[in-house]
Amino acid sequence: MESAGGLTRPVPQVSALTRPFWEGCRRGVLLVQRCCSCSGHVFAPQDFCRSCQSPDLEWVESSGEGELVTYTTIWRPQTPAFEVPYVVAVVALTEGYEMLTNLVDAEPGEIRVGAKVQVVFRDVAPDVTLPCFTVVSA
Amino acid sequence: MISPGTATIVGAFNTKQARVLPGETSYTITLAAIQGALADAGLGLGDVDGLNVLPGPDYRHGSNAFGYALGIPTFWIGTAAPGPASVAEAALAIESGMCTTVVIASGQAQVHTDKDSVAPWTRPENEFVECWGLMTPAEFALSAREYMHRFSVTQEQISYVASVIRNNGHRNPEAVYHGRGPFTTEDILASRMIADPYHLLDCCTTGEGGSALVLTSAERARDLPNRNVRVLGGAWDSWGPTYTHPPTYDRTAMWGRKAADAAFARAGLDRADIDVYELYDNFSWEIIRYFEALRYCGVGEGADFVAGGAIEVGGRYPVVTDGGTMSHSHTGESQRIQRVVQAVRQLRGTSAANQVADAETAIVAQIGDVVLLGAD
Repeated sequence: MESAGGLTRPVPQVSALTRPFWEGCRRGVLLVQRCCSCSGHVFAPQDFCRSCQSPDLEWVESSGEGELVTYTTIWRPQTPAFEVPYVVAVVALTEGYEMLTNLVDAEPGEIRVGAKVQVVFRDVAPDVTLPCFTVVSA
Repeated sequence: MISPGTATIVGAFNTKQARVLPGETSYTITLAAIQGALADAGLGLGDVDGLNVLPGPDYRHGSNAFGYALGIPTFWIGTAAPGPASVAEAALAIESGMCTTVVIASGQAQVHTDKDSVAPWTRPENEFVECWGLMTPAEFALSAREYMHRFSVTQEQISYVASVIRNNGHRNPEAVYHGRGPFTTEDILASRMIADPYHLLDCCTTGEGGSALVLTSAERARDLPNRNVRVLGGAWDSWGPTYTHPPTYDRTAMWGRKAADAAFARAGLDRADIDVYELYDNFSWEIIRYFEALRYCGVGEGADFVAGGAIEVGGRYPVVTDGGTMSHSHTGESQRIQRVVQAVRQLRGTSAANQVADAETAIVAQIGDVVLLGAD
């Protein structure tokens, strides 16, 4: 996805630890680490559980459903690669973890703290798919 | 062993600050800041045996490279962030005998040259952050939005803070944006939106310049020309790596509380003992956040606490008296040192503008970093 200026959006610099997450996005699946010891979910990916420190983590599929914790509509872009306005948001997934994302396809009137949201996948580069979220109508 | 609370700030200096300083680099402007602070202190490079120097954004190598470049044979290195944390750390180093005289300095020039993009130090690199188009205003807007929602605080209450700080800068002949006001809350609200709820004038500026401090023991300070400013207590706390995890209200709101508790305990001071409040003003709501996090008022009560002139010069809690990063200057990391420089000048009674009458104590707080200063 290129802007008028020809700049491309920054794409994730993937590591061995985070590769499964991004490969899941390519397939349209939102993955998250789950602790085999305490069943807690861990995001962003790390080498051990944030609750019980067990190194025994597995990748599982997330519901992709959650709630809007907070958001901001951006009018001054990070770089010209981003078309304004765009919405940066924090969502809390039903599994109990939070992630930063972009809220897409939402009417300004729908965007409010506490709104129900659902993951939608967007291709931003030939090999890169991002897990964005959209507001689920009541 | 020298007793706690005896390390003393004897030199404090800002170079000229401007949107652009032609011909300067981060290294030359940092050197100018060091020379200015040593001259202010009545000391020379030969007296220096400790450094915490950050030319530009070079976190890893700044002090080592600069110490060598200055020709200092061997030196203690501080690694805390410039500003209040670096002062607290240097004080501990002096009081424990690791070194005797420390220079803290930072400067920046020719770093933000691509004006189509936000400043490079505001652009995150983490793979779960950068791809969403996040930058510093967005990072801080997220928690401000959540706070406004939770406590039913209005845009006007938030932006009032920016008008106070920008008016301090308007009156300060050393501020990059001197004479640009006066500002009302309505003027802040009328500026273009950057990252909702932050308008252009709710946000810090970007500029170029350098700042430096010199600290030594109270014993050595006695023979030096300026009114001595003691480091009474200091600490720093963190909630995790910056620009990596979602900056929600729950993660960020109490940033600095633990540090403030420790600093006040060490200093033996109460909150009410402080005369001057040099708080990091990168965005307008942050000032409200500090008064809550530092236990000056209840959580959710900060907007009422700052209202009605309380944080203006002449009020009980005068904040950011040089105009801060919104109006005086924002130079990447050296702006952190500017908060301390301004607190020192207030305690010496030599502020370029907005002098707080009979100021004896100051708090400098920046994100999770806190230091308490007192005039001797």
